[in-house]
Amino acid sequence: MNLFQSITSALDNALAKDPTAVVFGEDVAFGGVFRCTVGLRDKYGKDRVFNTPLCEQGIVGFGIGVAVAGATAIAEIQFADYIFPAFDQIVNEAAKYRYRSGDLFNCGNLTIRAPWGCVGHGALYHSQSPEAFFAHCPGIKIVIPRSPLQAKGLLLSCIEDKNPCIFFEPKILYRAAVEQVPVEPYNIPLSQAEVLQTGSDVTLVAWGTQVHVIKEVAAMAQEKLGVSCEVIDLRTILPWDAETVCK
Amino acid sequence: ASRVMVASRNYADFASEATFEVKKCDLHRLEEGPSTTAVMTREEGLHYYKTMQTIRRMELKSDQLYKQKIIRGFCHLYDGQEACCVGLEAAIKPTDHVITAYRAHGFTYARGVPVREILAELTGRKGGCVKGKGGSMHMYTKNFYGGNGIVGAQVPLGAGIALACKYFGKNEVCLTLYGDGAANQGQIFETYNMAALWKLPCIFICENNRYGMGTSVERAAASTDYYKRGDFIPGLRVDGMDVLCVREAAKFAVEHCRAGKGPIVMELQTYRYHGHSMSDPGISYRTREEIQEVRSKSDPITLLKDRMVNNNLASIEELKEIDVAVRKEIEEAAQFATTDPEPPLEELGNHIYFNEPPFEVRGPNQWIRYKSVS
Repeated sequence: MNLFQSITSALDNALAKDPTAVVFGEDVAFGGVFRCTVGLRDKYGKDRVFNTPLCEQGIVGFGIGVAVAGATAIAEIQFADYIFPAFDQIVNEAAKYRYRSGDLFNCGNLTIRAPWGCVGHGALYHSQSPEAFFAHCPGIKIVIPRSPLQAKGLLLSCIEDKNPCIFFEPKILYRAAVEQVPVEPYNIPLSQAEVLQTGSDVTLVAWGTQVHVIKEVAAMAQEKLGVSCEVIDLRTILPWDAETVCK
Repeated sequence: ASRVMVASRNYADFASEATFEVKKCDLHRLEEGPSTTAVMTREEGLHYYKTMQTIRRMELKSDQLYKQKIIRGFCHLYDGQEACCVGLEAAIKPTDHVITAYRAHGFTYARGVPVREILAELTGRKGGCVKGKGGSMHMYTKNFYGGNGIVGAQVPLGAGIALACKYFGKNEVCLTLYGDGAANQGQIFETYNMAALWKLPCIFICENNRYGMGTSVERAAASTDYYKRGDFIPGLRVDGMDVLCVREAAKFAVEHCRAGKGPIVMELQTYRYHGHSMSDPGISYRTREEIQEVRSKSDPITLLKDRMVNNNLASIEELKEIDVAVRKEIEEAAQFATTDPEPPLEELGNHIYFNEPPFEVRGPNQWIRYKSVS
């Protein structure tokens, strides 16, 4: 499967396993602008996979409400560049819900997905990587996969995690990255970084698309400079696995 | 010897002007609407025709250049909607202000940027109106504030410009345009409130081309009466395929604002022949038959041409000559756009800040650094 297919597979598993799960966002009904939701509406019905009007703040606010009421909400923001109208809802509402209600209420059932990162022709508004803006906000989790196999496991973990999660999908890898991905559901734990290559001289930490660049760099450093690099894929940006990185 | 006049074209044969009936506009919170008759002089007609034809051919040329991969990135074409920008421009002065969203090439031309600068901006060359750094969605010129990528974000900006107009007291107005998709954004409603509260000379114009990217208006909006969405703001629904109807409605709206009556909403019912952008074929959410029907029954350029010829304002040959001249201008502009050099690498990082000492900006990888000079 390629990356977008692995996302579809994850959403398919989630909708099958959890009868309260709903997928919504701009243009998700016909399959989405990156084909991540193809076939889901036909399979699960139009009351579970539906389009929203063009209003990011509304989509996330609405998603928080769905999650608080007890259903599993999987909201899509069409491009991470458009997440900013929803910034207030994410930071001030979603992140703080459990804390401010003394654990009486929470929106842990909310997962927000968005295509992320540079793609070569995206220019100002189809290329942004806004994880840093959210990385200083306690109460939410941010996850960025590097490949289809990782994406499916991490997305399923986000959906099942009882905290609001933002899942950024590297758009340049949607079709480019292809791997063998199991059709059945499986989870990859959050807040655990993965050491892709051990080394002794310098640690290189990356996430998303950059992991592939860093792997090449590590190989070049070994070959040309004789430097042994440890390559770590952070996977979860917040809360991040400081222990693995520091060790 | 006798001389026989075989054929001659005498411009005195044409009428100098004609009166046309235009569709009545639906009104919201208005006792009276724009005039249902429009007077168009021969000069005006020829000007509108040439402008619309230029925009049409320019957009089709952009389509061609995009498919040849000479234009990259994103490209949202305006063909089909020409009557909107031409009609609006005809009702305002160059000292008035316009701001729109990303489907901006038509307005850029109508506001005075030559075709060669538009095409060069699309191809990312230094002869472009924004020096090649803006591209399709970010074209600007005097009193034209773009060209904005984020849907709906330009509307509060438009109200701000209107506030400045009111503040400086020069009796100027601001046309603030957005689409049917953007009409559902929260910031639009925040802006309606501010504009009405402070009686800003802001004309909100919704270019309703029936589809917000791939979503039809019925599937996106609880109320598709976009001219009524301003609620406490008066509104007009206008036939956006008829340049004269747009002009009369815009004149009415401009007068309303200049008289200090506060904002007004206009909904222009129009249509785009191309898909949302060049990556959208435009036929998965609408039928080819629908597109064909609009082309054959409501094409703005054909409508104007028929009116002019039937009312003796111009001859078919004369309009054909204009077509030829337009094609030539577009060809030359395309030539320029494909041969002009790209902006030099040293300029890539400039204009991030103003009046700051030069600093380094990281490029796509660690080793590329640009200097940002303000």
